[in-house]
Amino acid sequence: MKIIVCLKQVPKNDSILRINEQGTWIQDRDLTYEINESDQYALEAALQLKEKHGGEVIALSLGPARVQTVIKEALARGADRGIHLEDATLDNLDAFGISTAIAAAAKAEGFDLLLTGLQSDDYGYAQTGVIAAELLGLPHATIVMDVQATDGGIRVKRELENGFFQWVSMPAPAVLTIQSGINTLRYATLKGIMAAKKKEIKKLDAAGLGLDTASLTPKMQFRRVYVPVKSKQTQFLEGSPAEVAAKLIEKLKNEARVF
Amino acid sequence: MANGILVFIEHVDGKINKASYEAVRAAQLIGAQIGQEASAVILGQGIGDAAAEIAAKKLKTVYTVENEWLKSYTADGYTQAFKQIIEQVQPALVLFCHTYEVRDFAPKLAASLKRILLGDNIGYKIEDGQPVFTRQVFQGKLAADVVPVGDTPHLVSFQIGSFRGDECEAGQAAAQALSVNLDADVVRQQPEERFKEAKAAVDLTQAPLIVSVGRGIKEQKNIEIVKKLAESLGAEIAASRPICDNEWLPMDRQVGSSGQTVAPKMYLAVGISGAIQHIVGMKGARTIVAINKDKEAPIFEIADYGIVGDLFEIVPALTAEAEKLK
Repeated sequence: MKIIVCLKQVPKNDSILRINEQGTWIQDRDLTYEINESDQYALEAALQLKEKHGGEVIALSLGPARVQTVIKEALARGADRGIHLEDATLDNLDAFGISTAIAAAAKAEGFDLLLTGLQSDDYGYAQTGVIAAELLGLPHATIVMDVQATDGGIRVKRELENGFFQWVSMPAPAVLTIQSGINTLRYATLKGIMAAKKKEIKKLDAAGLGLDTASLTPKMQFRRVYVPVKSKQTQFLEGSPAEVAAKLIEKLKNEARVF
Repeated sequence: MANGILVFIEHVDGKINKASYEAVRAAQLIGAQIGQEASAVILGQGIGDAAAEIAAKKLKTVYTVENEWLKSYTADGYTQAFKQIIEQVQPALVLFCHTYEVRDFAPKLAASLKRILLGDNIGYKIEDGQPVFTRQVFQGKLAADVVPVGDTPHLVSFQIGSFRGDECEAGQAAAQALSVNLDADVVRQQPEERFKEAKAAVDLTQAPLIVSVGRGIKEQKNIEIVKKLAESLGAEIAASRPICDNEWLPMDRQVGSSGQTVAPKMYLAVGISGAIQHIVGMKGARTIVAINKDKEAPIFEIADYGIVGDLFEIVPALTAEAEKLK
């Protein structure tokens, strides 16, 4: 099974976010980054499928030079090679533009499965894989918990709402978006880190992908980014642990009338 | 000429998803402000009763699309059918509630029309006569105002709970059947029966008091201090998704979009940052208390009472204080 896994580099979960001067996104200086959470589960799912069925796992990431650390981390965990999409025209794309670039790279490479995480922790579009499937003319499934190989295709367990699940079969090649928490992540071993140094990372720019820049024209626009307006006035209780505990119980009893 | 707002009505075997009424309400409100009439569309087989239920809301038309390939939901079937519907109805705006089903097919539908889904919005405002949509980024830490670029139709979804479905205006909509062409070449996914994994032994929806624990607890053994707090308050213990994924508490204790939706008298969140997926499961609580080390945590956006500090100090102090209530 030849599997391409899309990995996004996002600011660390506990990052302090500062809005940029134009008020359209955050400042990227001083940020530290990590692999988007659900993408890590997609990578693990790919590695487990390879262990079971053989084949190859290719880690793909789009972004500036810093995303190489994401690809290297994936190679150290066991991916066979990497593809890095880097081009100034690929910065600040919307989900359609990102999916267009990913679909072009995936098509040129060829694959049985294209995996993404469910959703990114920064923009949170939850669309990249689904749009890529449409652009590639392939079937897809989202919020996938389990993947089984079948004759000529796959059978996946999807998470639905209210505690329901559903198995869905479809032919391969296919695109799947993977839910967080479905497997146990492995960490890179020293041996893996050493082995990764010898693995290939192919770099591609917009021209190398054969992208028509018109296909990257934004279909949505950010007017402004801001700290959310509070829907409730939060009373912050201050003092020593014993003091705040006493204050809270008093307020729950006499103000909120919980007890 | 593009005209009107079209609302997608979701159902399972003819039973309408309540979230769809929220999308109807959004369409009624936005439509009144931008001078567009709202209509609705429902896809499936044997959906007459569901269509009649929707037609009792203030809508111009309820479109029904009956087809054997739409009997069970598939991303391919719904996308292809909906694309044909949009070509026939030519709406200016298509509204969805951002359910798991919508997440599965609406981005594909938008891409098939060379559009993008403006997904998971929590509200809107009107600027220069046009709607501007507000969505959360960085898991709710920041908000963004976004607009579609390019020709109509524009496709927009709203997060569950953004509008009051029970405030839909009543009315009498016209009924109109539409037909679509689908076949086995189009519909590649073969869905099996929906099922539940473990029966929910604990019904958190009925609990008046809930103490819920999240990632901030760090280790499985630390769960004990939260259990003690719950016991001393006479509350049920619940958790955010990462805790149940790690099997530190069973799955039936999970609150959020993939767990239970609760509305207790009090919800006390311990070490829960407040990702959207968790918030949708508990924001209906009457009183929300949050204990978190990060003052910027989104949970404080919806909390009535907040304590910023080390939960490992505060939780035992609170347990001692709660014991005095007995």
